[in-house]
Amino acid sequence: MPEHIVPIKTYTIVLVALLVLTATTCAVSFIDMGKMNAVVAVAIAFAKASLVALIFMHLRYSRRLMWVVAAAGLFWLGILIALTMGDYLTRGWQ
Amino acid sequence: MAEAVVADRHAPGAARAHQFDDAEQQRDAVTMGMWVFLVTEIMFFGGLFASYVVYRALYPAAFAVASQALDIKLGTLNTAVLLVSSFTMVIAVFGSQTGRRRPLVIGLALTITLGLVFLAIKFYEYYQKYVEHHIPGPSFTFPEPYTQPAKMYFTLYFAMTGLHAAHMIVGCGLLTVLIVMAWRGRFTPDYHSPVEISGLYWHFVDIIWIFLYPLLYLIGRHLE
Repeated sequence: MPEHIVPIKTYTIVLVALLVLTATTCAVSFIDMGKMNAVVAVAIAFAKASLVALIFMHLRYSRRLMWVVAAAGLFWLGILIALTMGDYLTRGWQ
Repeated sequence: MAEAVVADRHAPGAARAHQFDDAEQQRDAVTMGMWVFLVTEIMFFGGLFASYVVYRALYPAAFAVASQALDIKLGTLNTAVLLVSSFTMVIAVFGSQTGRRRPLVIGLALTITLGLVFLAIKFYEYYQKYVEHHIPGPSFTFPEPYTQPAKMYFTLYFAMTGLHAAHMIVGCGLLTVLIVMAWRGRFTPDYHSPVEISGLYWHFVDIIWIFLYPLLYLIGRHLE
C-alpha cells in the first residue's frame, strides 16, 4: 500500500480535539450523574484513543489487515474482562 | 553478498532487505509486526486493567474516595503534555516521510523533552504520595473504613502508572537513538520505518494513559 502522507493541518485539528475532549472529561467528572459518570468517562477515553489510533497511528490509511490486528487486541481484552467479571459479578447468585 | 545488502539498504530508492519484493512490502511487514507487538502490550496492560475492574466493582466507594487523594491538576496537565508529545511525534514522522531533516530532528527532540516533563511530574506525584503515606507498605495510612481497599487502589495506581512510566522511559531511549540516526541522515522518504514504528509505540503508550487518567484520577470527583 503506498504511504499516505497526512497533512500537518489534520494533525493539528486532531490535537485540538484531543485537548478539548480532555478538558470535557475533566469538567464532566465533577458533575454527579451516578453510574453515568463512569460510562461518560470511558466513552470519552475511547473517542480519544480512536482519534490517536486512526490519525496519529495512521490506521485509517492502513491496510484492513492492520484493522483486524488492532481489533483482535481489543477483542481478546474484552474476553479477559468479560469472563473475569462474569465470575465476580455472579458469585452472589443462588 | 551480505555486504552488498547492507550497502543496498541505504542507497536511495533501494532501501530494503533482500527478503522483500519491494520497499512497500517491507514497510507493510514492519508496520504489521509492530501492531502485533502492540497487541501483546494490550494484553500485558490488560491484566492490570482487568484487576482494576474487579476491585473497583468490589469496592466502588473506597476507590472513589482514594482517587480523590490524587492531584487532579497535575494529572490533567500530564495528560495534555502527553497528547502534545504525540503531536510532536507525528511532526517527526511527517518530516521523515517528506525527507525534511529539520522537522524530523526538532519533532523528536520536542517529543523526548515532553516525555521527560511527563516523567518529572509523575515522579513529583509519587513523592507527594510518599509524603502522605499513600504508598502500600508498613507505613501506609488511610482513614477507616476504607484503609484496606484503598491500599488495593494505590497498589493498582502504582503498578499501572509505574508500568506506563517504564514504557515512557523505553520510549525516550528509542527516540534518542532515532535522533542520532536522523542527525546522520539515515532516513529518507524510502526508508524511515524506524521513525514510523517508534511513533506507533509512542502513541500506544499515550493511549494507555488516555485510559489511566479517567480511571485513576476522575472516578471520585463528583463526590467531593
